[in-house]
Amino acid sequence: MHDANWEPRIVAFFCNWCTYTAADLAGVSRLKYAPNVRIVRLMCSGRVDPQFILAALAGGADGVLIGGCHPGDCHYAEGNMKTLRRFQMLRRVLAGFGLEEPRVRLEWISAAEGEKVRYVINEMVEQLRPLGPLAWGQRFGVEEGAAAHAAPAPQPEAVHA
Amino acid sequence: MPKPKIALYWCASCGGCDEAVVDLAEGILGVLDAVDIVFWPVAMDFKKSDVEALADQSLLATLLNGAVRSSEQEEMVRLLRRKSRYLVAYGSCACQGGVPGLANQFSREQLLRFVYEEAPTLGENGRARPQLESRDNGHSLGLPQLDNAVRTLDQVVEVDYYLPGCPPTPNLTQAALQALLSGELPPRGTVLAPDIALCDECPRKATKPQDLSFAQFRRPHEMLIDAEKCLLAQGLVCCGPATRGGCGAQCISGNMPCTGCFGPTSRVRDQGAKLLSSLCANMAGKDETAINRTLDGIPDPIGTFYRYALPCSILRRGECTAPTPSTFNP
Repeated sequence: MHDANWEPRIVAFFCNWCTYTAADLAGVSRLKYAPNVRIVRLMCSGRVDPQFILAALAGGADGVLIGGCHPGDCHYAEGNMKTLRRFQMLRRVLAGFGLEEPRVRLEWISAAEGEKVRYVINEMVEQLRPLGPLAWGQRFGVEEGAAAHAAPAPQPEAVHA
Repeated sequence: MPKPKIALYWCASCGGCDEAVVDLAEGILGVLDAVDIVFWPVAMDFKKSDVEALADQSLLATLLNGAVRSSEQEEMVRLLRRKSRYLVAYGSCACQGGVPGLANQFSREQLLRFVYEEAPTLGENGRARPQLESRDNGHSLGLPQLDNAVRTLDQVVEVDYYLPGCPPTPNLTQAALQALLSGELPPRGTVLAPDIALCDECPRKATKPQDLSFAQFRRPHEMLIDAEKCLLAQGLVCCGPATRGGCGAQCISGNMPCTGCFGPTSRVRDQGAKLLSSLCANMAGKDETAINRTLDGIPDPIGTFYRYALPCSILRRGECTAPTPSTFNP
């Protein structure tokens, strides 16, 4: 079992024009929401490279939230469409890797929807809580209790230097 | 002056990489003039003890193909690393894990259970797992232990150079050997192939549309493939955009899409994620239903995007080490 003091850690990628502005609005509106999220501001949700999501999950995040403009409202016309398409495929790949579905989530949140930021983050935290820590590095390869592993060798950051 | 010594070895691989060395054709005669091959299990009769008898660092280089999955492979890899000045990861399996690396989708227990207990081809007497040690008439026989995961060569020992490909092409092999012999070597850790995407050197580059838009993904057996037009433009999953060039676009010339064997370029950490990103962003659909209908055209996404690179992917690295022996036996 995990530590009783464990709290879900969410890495959020918010687009500059809609969702980040909505988070800002939630702030100035003094809306209270769960403090479990670390927000990374990007110019567009279309900038979210799937590698970012995988790196967050492998690096200790328990969940990843992507926030972009509603369809049709993208500042760059179709950046959010690219994200939606990648996200639909990434979901399939992550399910194949054995990742629980609520851990990666895509939401459209406009600049006016500070309330939705609060709602989505609170709901995601509550969905992650029963799943427990992702602890991906420990999960892979030890499924059937072959617990006595030596510490993994340090990985060079870029294999193909 | 004695000729420099080299070794060639195979781990979890199909033998195609050794074949690729033979594919140097008459070029191999020049190689044999320049070096002594002192160890090459697939072609020559030397034993492990011959390698052990060599002084450390006395081999100029070892070209090592295959991923690492068993205790025996790890032992040989460590031995050859110690004996060699340069260790070259030769071929996709050694560089990125290769096709054997797709086993990292499953746990060791799942693999053992299926192969030795559940596979439909097993007869009534087949349902027994191999033991690490068996005794008969006072004799003891041992088998290597299967590791928890498939690892790339550089997840086990330090690697000096990478020569990707399934298998590496003769011209790149020849160039690598020449570089080793001349001593004019790039910095350690270099991939000995051009650092550009395959699309960049593709003979069909001119026919690649500015705006790709997939309404449907199609597989090679489902259609007649136009021999001139960009394969992506024909709706085929071609891994060219996310794969390193240098192969001479051989598959494309054979009218088949790239499957990604040269691995990513140096700017990419996870080839599968980047390929997914590139292909899926260019789909036509604008709502979940249409998008998912198109995505159904890729029935095995992990096998498609990570065909050669699962053990060095961000989420399925084969970094865990050997299991404890007690858990090997059922």
